[in-house]
Amino acid sequence: MATVTIADIDNTVIDPATRPGVMTGRNSPGSVTEQVASLAERSRPSTAWKAAFAISVSATLMFFSLVGYLIATGVGVWGNNAPVFWGWPIVNFVFWVGIGHAGTLISAILFLFRQNWRTSINRFAEAMTIFAVTCAGIFPAIHIGRVWFVYWLAPVPNSLAMWPNFRSPLLWDVFAVTAYATTSALFWYLGMLPDLATLRDRATTKLRRMAYGIAALGWNGSSQQWRLFEKAYLLLAALATPLVLSVHTIVSFDFATSQMPGWHTTIFPPYFVAGAVFSGFAMVITLMVPARAFFGLKNLVTLRHLENMCKVVLATGMMVGYAYGIEFFIAWYGGNQYEQFAFINRALGPYWWAYWTMVSCNVLAPQLFWFKGVRTTPWAMVAICVFVNVGMWFERFVITVTSLSRDFLPSSWGYFVPTPVDILMFLGSFGLFFTLFLLFCRYLPMVAMAEVKSVMPHGEAH
Amino acid sequence: MFQFPIWVNSLIKLSLVAIPVGGLYGIFLLATATAPETTHIGYAPKQPVRFSHRLHAGQLKMDCRYCHNTVETTAHASIPPTATCINCHSPADGNGAVSLTAIHAASPDLAEVHRSWADDTPVKWKRVHDLPDFVQFDHSAHVARGVSCVSCHDRVDQMDVVSQNHTLSMKSCLECHRNPDPHLRPLDKVTDMDWVAPKSRLEMGALIKDHMNIKANQNCSTCHY
Repeated sequence: MATVTIADIDNTVIDPATRPGVMTGRNSPGSVTEQVASLAERSRPSTAWKAAFAISVSATLMFFSLVGYLIATGVGVWGNNAPVFWGWPIVNFVFWVGIGHAGTLISAILFLFRQNWRTSINRFAEAMTIFAVTCAGIFPAIHIGRVWFVYWLAPVPNSLAMWPNFRSPLLWDVFAVTAYATTSALFWYLGMLPDLATLRDRATTKLRRMAYGIAALGWNGSSQQWRLFEKAYLLLAALATPLVLSVHTIVSFDFATSQMPGWHTTIFPPYFVAGAVFSGFAMVITLMVPARAFFGLKNLVTLRHLENMCKVVLATGMMVGYAYGIEFFIAWYGGNQYEQFAFINRALGPYWWAYWTMVSCNVLAPQLFWFKGVRTTPWAMVAICVFVNVGMWFERFVITVTSLSRDFLPSSWGYFVPTPVDILMFLGSFGLFFTLFLLFCRYLPMVAMAEVKSVMPHGEAH
Repeated sequence: MFQFPIWVNSLIKLSLVAIPVGGLYGIFLLATATAPETTHIGYAPKQPVRFSHRLHAGQLKMDCRYCHNTVETTAHASIPPTATCINCHSPADGNGAVSLTAIHAASPDLAEVHRSWADDTPVKWKRVHDLPDFVQFDHSAHVARGVSCVSCHDRVDQMDVVSQNHTLSMKSCLECHRNPDPHLRPLDKVTDMDWVAPKSRLEMGALIKDHMNIKANQNCSTCHY
């Protein structure tokens, strides 16, 4: 019998006669463990990893130095000023929170829908979620100006008799993002316990045995533990599912409950959630394609996985495009001249360049995913997904800045210009994101080994 | 397979100690934060003159506004100049002659007042009720609308040495601003220390509020400007 190589199998074609598996190649439970665990066990990182890490750590240091400069000096170091009081910090916050949506969607919703292909990418996507939410959380925290009063956002009894305004979506936002970060981190960690125990049991040095041993919380793989584990995992998935929808819904309320033309629309919650999933999946693809090539995971994260994600990007991209269209329709149909002005001003006003960047990146670029050739060509999908993420950043910029710069008082109209601090901070947040991500790739199991084994065809190579 | 070493069990015993200690620390923090020393309750500095409000405002029934005369019209309730004291307590003149109306002209307690009068330099009274610099409090806005001195300064007419008896925290301001009715009196009773509120105080307060068009603001910029 001829040997079947990875390249021979095209598992993007679902042919019932052959029924290709989720994974390609000849995998066995042992080979999966060896393949994934050895990545976290290399005694020295590769030169490429070191170079990437050096760059990201430098950017992270720059980021935190700028945060220090901001706190010492005040928010005047940003371009935020009348009438645009929400500048890049809020744009960046919404951008990062949006990216953080793919992880929980993949881990929770796809889990409940029994989408087996998620097992190869869920660990990766969840890690990305947590790191994106970390970046997101920093921006509103430093945007409050006097960060040492951040506890005023929390309902803490105090001698000022100040209490958060529970009617304000800005407060709901604090709760929503905190709940989301907590649940995602718990879900990620819980799912990782069996794999951490594997790393612990394979550990060759005392330090690694101790570190993974503490992290694995005494997991011994008994059937009792597995039974409880699976129950807890299912419960957390059920808890996390509404969060996927609620977080960005509430982020959209930050805008939608105000009376600002261009913000005050009921389409915002679904439109924001679709946009978040859109940008999140685009980010997963952007990171996954180089990572699977670099770490040799092509048999576990196959073209079929990437193709499925491209389909999600295409679908959510069209939802976002539909929302852009409906906003204009309602502005006309609603007959509110301020709303009409806001939208004409978006497309043809001083920020026309941002608006059309957004439309080309978010609506036009993903249309290429109609072609199977594009959906199965890794470099092409990365290119498109980078466009999508650029476009989604511009979407938040367009929403935030165009509406604020043309408020109800024409005398206070202005044109927002970012400062170098704005720009460097945004770049620095990528540094933080990639630093955390590179550490994850280096020390933790990148693929959920235990879960992947559960969806492997057990009849062969066993 | 790795197992947690046996000494990990001793961490449980440690937690039996750590939890009560942490609890005690929490109680200590709370007690320190609310202690009178922190909130300035009972702050009664020694003044350069042994002036007794109990005597002047209490027994002699002098109106607060005799000395603090700007309280109804300006933000600051003025501390009286030495001249106000001298109205009653003029010292002997250069020839040793004492005015017939002068009270206790030779009292050693008044020596500092007389020195101030002779040197034309003020008595260095110590401020008791001191708000942070980032808060603006306007006496006239309150006194001229039926908020009594007693609401913040307590029964000064019963104090030999004035002490601070209210916290003057933002909470105490906001409690009244959120619900002014029980703190309002008829304007002629504002400086009446002995005034006993009638049973219908809430209705009366509501009536005064309505009549004087009192809208106690709660915006940040009401006090922080």
